[in-house]
Amino acid sequence: MKTGTLKQILLITDGCSNQGEDPVAMAALAKEQGITVNVIGVMEQDVIDEQGMNEIEGIAMSGGGVSQVVYSQQLSQTVQMVTRKAMTQTLQGVVNKELQQILGGSKTMEDLPPDQRGEVMEVVDELGETVELEVLVLVDTSASMKHKLPTVKEALLDLSLSLNARSGDNRFSVFVFPGKKKDVEKLLDWTPNLETLTSIFSKLTTGGITPTGPAIHEALNHFKKKRSLRSLLSGDDESFFEESV
Amino acid sequence: MMMNHSLKSQCKVNPGTVIEGKWHRNRYTIIKELGYGANGIVYLAKNQNQQVALKMSDNGMSITSEVNVLKSFAKVQGSALGPSLLDVDDWDRRIGKVSFYVMEYIQGPDLLTFIQQKGSSWTGVLIVQLLNDLDSLHKAGWVFGDLKPDNLIVTGPPSKIRTIDVGGTTIQGRAIKEFTEFYDRGYWGLGTRKADPAYDLFAAAMIIINTAYPKRFAKTTGDLKQLKMMVRQKKELLKYEDVILNALQGHYRSAGEMRNDMLQLTRSNSVQRSTGNRNAGQTAGPQPASRQVYRQKKQKGSIFETLLITFIVTLLYFLYIYGQLL
Repeated sequence: MKTGTLKQILLITDGCSNQGEDPVAMAALAKEQGITVNVIGVMEQDVIDEQGMNEIEGIAMSGGGVSQVVYSQQLSQTVQMVTRKAMTQTLQGVVNKELQQILGGSKTMEDLPPDQRGEVMEVVDELGETVELEVLVLVDTSASMKHKLPTVKEALLDLSLSLNARSGDNRFSVFVFPGKKKDVEKLLDWTPNLETLTSIFSKLTTGGITPTGPAIHEALNHFKKKRSLRSLLSGDDESFFEESV
Repeated sequence: MMMNHSLKSQCKVNPGTVIEGKWHRNRYTIIKELGYGANGIVYLAKNQNQQVALKMSDNGMSITSEVNVLKSFAKVQGSALGPSLLDVDDWDRRIGKVSFYVMEYIQGPDLLTFIQQKGSSWTGVLIVQLLNDLDSLHKAGWVFGDLKPDNLIVTGPPSKIRTIDVGGTTIQGRAIKEFTEFYDRGYWGLGTRKADPAYDLFAAAMIIINTAYPKRFAKTTGDLKQLKMMVRQKKELLKYEDVILNALQGHYRSAGEMRNDMLQLTRSNSVQRSTGNRNAGQTAGPQPASRQVYRQKKQKGSIFETLLITFIVTLLYFLYIYGQLL
């Protein structure tokens, strides 16, 4: 079974967008291009208002992904759980499509008797372990996120730890919004591990508007760009890294 | 957590509800809720006067995945790795379909509650039992994954530790499916999240530490140094210091090795240091620096041993010569 590379956008935010295109529409556009959009809402003492909640749910729903609102202490575990869950969801979709071709009609895994379902599940598990994954992380750096950024950094390092335990290859890229000059700024190009994030993240400045829609739009373009030679080389880096561990 | 909204409403059932499977037509009467986790709710239920545990989730995938694990456990002969699996089915509700599975009901307090009630003298023996089970689990090609006191029930009498909740159980070599930060070696920066036996042994060591700190503790420096310090601050942990540190650093290749060391410490009432380290020095660990220190210690020990043997042999020889001369 050929699944290709799973592509995900992981949006980490704490509230409502207030500039540019509608993020829910941009998420729908992403889904059309085979890119899943997951959203994590980060709270501190503050609670995310209803409007913010609706937007978070809306983006994930139209982006075919998973959403969750958490307190920042639980961020690490949530980030990896949401990513894994979305992967399984996507793979389940792929497997269901195959099943429909074999069995005909609109049968899905859930319609099979429990015994056969178990066998199909093993295939999904196996795919989840070996499939190539690209995650583009979009971090909201509007003023209210300022003191949550260290936790976000920890969570992202933890995510790369979790995903790099798989045998399939991973590539991560990190964007922040708003950027210094533009709506969105690239922090880290495609790389197999997020170690380098530590030094970059401490220099981040926060403030200004929350252009969530334009950020997702820009992220889509970044997926389309042809992979540079550098990311191919860093792909080799990873296998070296794996061996040395 | 809004993602769980649908899960809570679909799997929430009141005591007295009768659940009938769509495929196998078995009927279960719900008695009470036993607990809930990320992937569903576990209920105590009754089927023909037999008490069973029933786990429900509207995420059919996680149910199927756990059933796969329990089925493969059933094939491992002569050991009770997890609860035994009794039934798998779907329940059609008006609001949607809910997948569930039924397993043996393992009754008793969780590990920490038990030790708090009965005293820390139980820690050693229960951990040895746990390591026994882990050893057969590892030999069957699995890693438990989400090992923590909540997932350990002490049944009895006679008291016996049992693992429940196989949600994190992973095939060796794959990425750990589910974990809890405090017991996760990745969280403490002491290794990867790839499923290998040492991953569970790390968690087992953290569980021993947890028995002395029932409320756990926050990560400060988040490294071996912090954990070492926490161990040294508690008298009841000091006894197991060597085993704990070996497990935290991934020095044990198998649960059996850790079990033997643990057993020796439990047998000897006095605080004996570095008796059970024979095997550990040979294994490769991720911390070369601390391993060197470790080897030096071991070398010192063996030099002393050599001198002692030489001395005794010489003494015996002199006695022999003395006897001959007379």
